Amino acid sequence: MIYDALIGPFTEFEFMRRALAAVIALSLAGAPIGVFLMLRRMSLVGDAMAHAILPGAAVGFLLSGLNLFAMTAGGLIAGFAVAILAGVVARSTGLKEDASLATFYLASLALGVTIVSIKGTNIDLLHVLFGNILAMDDQTLLVVAFNATVTLLVLAVIYRPLVIESVDPLFLRTVSRAGGPAHLAFLALVVVNLVNGFQALGTLLAVGLMILPAGVARFWSRDLTAMICIAVIAAAVSGYAGLVLSFQTRVPSGPAIILVATVLYVVSVLFGGVGGLVRQMFPGRHLEA
Amino acid sequence: MAQLAFRNVTLGYDRHPAVHHLNGEVASGALVAVIGPNGAGKSTLLRGIVGILKPLDGSIHLGGLDSRDIAYLPQSAEIDRSFPISVFDFVGTGLWRDAGLFGGIGKVARVKILRAIASVGLNGFENRSIGTLSGGQMQRVLFARVLLQNARVIVLDEPFNAIDSKTTADLLALVKQWHGEGRTVLAALHDMEMVRTHFTETLILARGPVAWGPTAEVLTPENLMVAMRMCEAFDDSAAACAADDAHSQAA
Repeated sequence: MIYDALIGPFTEFEFMRRALAAVIALSLAGAPIGVFLMLRRMSLVGDAMAHAILPGAAVGFLLSGLNLFAMTAGGLIAGFAVAILAGVVARSTGLKEDASLATFYLASLALGVTIVSIKGTNIDLLHVLFGNILAMDDQTLLVVAFNATVTLLVLAVIYRPLVIESVDPLFLRTVSRAGGPAHLAFLALVVVNLVNGFQALGTLLAVGLMILPAGVARFWSRDLTAMICIAVIAAAVSGYAGLVLSFQTRVPSGPAIILVATVLYVVSVLFGGVGGLVRQMFPGRHLEA
Repeated sequence: MAQLAFRNVTLGYDRHPAVHHLNGEVASGALVAVIGPNGAGKSTLLRGIVGILKPLDGSIHLGGLDSRDIAYLPQSAEIDRSFPISVFDFVGTGLWRDAGLFGGIGKVARVKILRAIASVGLNGFENRSIGTLSGGQMQRVLFARVLLQNARVIVLDEPFNAIDSKTTADLLALVKQWHGEGRTVLAALHDMEMVRTHFTETLILARGPVAWGPTAEVLTPENLMVAMRMCEAFDDSAAACAADDAHSQAA
């Protein structure tokens, strides 16, 4: 019974195995990016970027229909353009990056929906907005795995300046010029992972598998490495449980994954060891030193 | 020999000068206090020296040093203390010049970091997150990082703000140790008594130089009164600086 409910779908159906492999790849790469987005107070920037990739994906759709390669390429180009333009405008004018991004992403979202509506139906629009991880083929899965690998490699390269820039940006500027390039590379990784998540979860929910697990990790550890590990595990558990939930209840897979992540987040807010509500209400006896 | 030389330096933001037309030299091994009221341009000048801010006009010469070889202690308000990083890792960033992007933190480096932390009296704090430290402890951490940088020139932006007298005395002893080792130290300060007692040279700023020289000669009530009368606000309708025109014509 438990085997049939929790493991059976993956042994029986290839599309479920592909979906599981995809969410694990998304978790491995996206969750660490989400932790940095949260710690750099850029969570909403990630959300804005998710909207920014829409016109590129829409142009891909306009040219090739629901071809994931064309939509991915379009999404990457649009996302990079918006990330770099917003970053350059923010750094050269003093305008806050979130304000700069808000302008670009609103324009992008309007443009994207307009482009999709020129050629597609409402169902196409739903697919673009919410994705469909269960419809993923082998080639798309390879693209997702490739993007995840590239993300982890680039993150390893920029990890040190990214950490120092997050905690003490002035110090980094006095010892190195790596801060600016690291920030831009980080924005590029955000785009790559949004496009990656876009295949599975759609433009509106892609950022969820990055930010919600990061939020979960924040309530369980004060150590960066531990936070990244917890976020990856929370994302993978959300992905697996969401797929099972979707399979058993016919709830769409993307929203099911994000809903499970939301449950983990709520549990963490309540019972987390670092700043959780219950811990604050019942802190236990104070220590001697 | 001059370690730092300012040639008609103007530093500022959005074309408005925060430090206007500064000329002068800091000798190698000098111990200089930079004083002035809030908004006088002290932090701006220090940021110009370490290369965070490019001069609007003029130039700063570093005596053959790269600005990245200068140790800089920022105001602690500039640091995001909510970021989950331990005291050990934070102090360890002071080894950037040796470790760079990919260099490992080996046994020797670990010992250096632990020694620096011990030197500022924070034994046992290595694994504490910086977010759990008091203001004085955080200031000690920043000094430990400067120690680790082992730089010829050390620039301290209000290093003794909002800390108790014991911590101030301990950290001031480090500053005097650096001076004794022949390093050049510049510190933005507010405590006139400390400046008078411990700093041999003083620059009084009020969005421009008011006086610069031996502390005993510079720290007079007249000079301090001039500095106090400084106008803090930028004038959005100000004309282009005539002194700059005259200077460029002369050049």
